Amino acid sequence: MDAIIKKRIKQVLKGDQNAYAEIVELYKDKVYQLCYRMLGNRHEAEDMAQEAFIRAYVNIASFNIELKFSTWLYRIATNLCIDRIRKKKPDYYLDAEVSGTDGLTMYSQIPSDTRLPEDEVEKMELQDIIQREISNLPEKYRSVIVLKYIEELSLNEISEILDMPLGTVKTRIHRGREALRHQLRNV
Amino acid sequence: MKCPEKYIAYMHEYLDEEISKEDALELKAHLSKCGDCHRHFQELEKSLALVKSVAHIAAPGDFTMRVMNALPKEKKKVGVQRWLRHHPILTAASLFMVLMMGSLLSTWNTEKALSVSKQPNLVIDHDTVIVPEGAVVKGDVVVRNGSLRVEGQIDGNATVINGEIVNGEKYMASAGQVTGEVKEINAIFEWIWYHMKNTAKEVVNFFEDNESAEEQSLGVAVFL
Ligand SMILES: [Zn+2]
Repeated sequence: MDAIIKKRIKQVLKGDQNAYAEIVELYKDKVYQLCYRMLGNRHEAEDMAQEAFIRAYVNIASFNIELKFSTWLYRIATNLCIDRIRKKKPDYYLDAEVSGTDGLTMYSQIPSDTRLPEDEVEKMELQDIIQREISNLPEKYRSVIVLKYIEELSLNEISEILDMPLGTVKTRIHRGREALRHQLRNV
Repeated sequence: MKCPEKYIAYMHEYLDEEISKEDALELKAHLSKCGDCHRHFQELEKSLALVKSVAHIAAPGDFTMRVMNALPKEKKKVGVQRWLRHHPILTAASLFMVLMMGSLLSTWNTEKALSVSKQPNLVIDHDTVIVPEGAVVKGDVVVRNGSLRVEGQIDGNATVINGEIVNGEKYMASAGQVTGEVKEINAIFEWIWYHMKNTAKEVVNFFEDNESAEEQSLGVAVFL
């Protein structure tokens, strides 16, 4: 597959736009899935996934052909989703500690009206509940959890995609898992 | 809940598949006798199993088409390139033009005066070159910026560039006779073709040998 991708990229670099369609075909599901799990909304996911492919195309000359294309593509998609999340709601401060609350974070203080009532929750499909809880993760944990447990990527790849030291990736995955444990233990 | 923090760390090392054998054994031993840690570990595993259980979703059916339609318009040369790949002769032609256009155009524009190939029995009357009746002109006759009237015979080709062959009738039916090809070249394009015929072979060779020539040819093809 890597050989095919390399060949197609070379064709695209020579200006053959049609060769790009095959690249899109090969990665569309993974990129779309990544965006959907990050954003929790199919419409937004499609927009972001499309944007990721368009940006990859426009910037393909800057891609180092010796590297793994999927890593580069996922990086573009992840960054787009993170930007989108940050613009949508400022949840980057949600896990900042609130002074005087002894380790309690803003996250655990979210008013209960943003959560669905119990009977509504029961009507939700299990899949939707899981997705909702993924979406409830702070963005910096969400990206590592999605890359690790949905896209099934290695810690090293995640570190490359997020351009982040391996140690930081591990710490975030640990915290992400603990957050998920809290959110999903009663499901 | 008095358990050392290290057991939580071990759990995560275990989940990352990075735990040492000794630590794994220690964790296992602890989990077997500590309910809190055991539950903690089970909750971690359960939540990960749930996350992994979400069905993999596929992109919408028209996804690729929509991406392709949204891409910035293909540079014109690319479409031309694809087309040229199937029209190698025109590729050679366009390459030829890129290489020769400059000099040819200047030649075309600057040569206004009548000129004619040198044969002793040609008669020049103003801007008309005449092959007199009864005369036999040996060799190809080329007239530039003038007309050619054939009353006698040309033993060769007759070419008129930027002019015409007069007689009011078509060549072979005319009073005189031309044994070879007869040609009028009036448009710049024909002029180029005329030059091309002599060098086409070299051009093709050059094209095949030189990758970068392809790029050049594209520029001209767009120009056309
Ligand atoms: Zn314990």
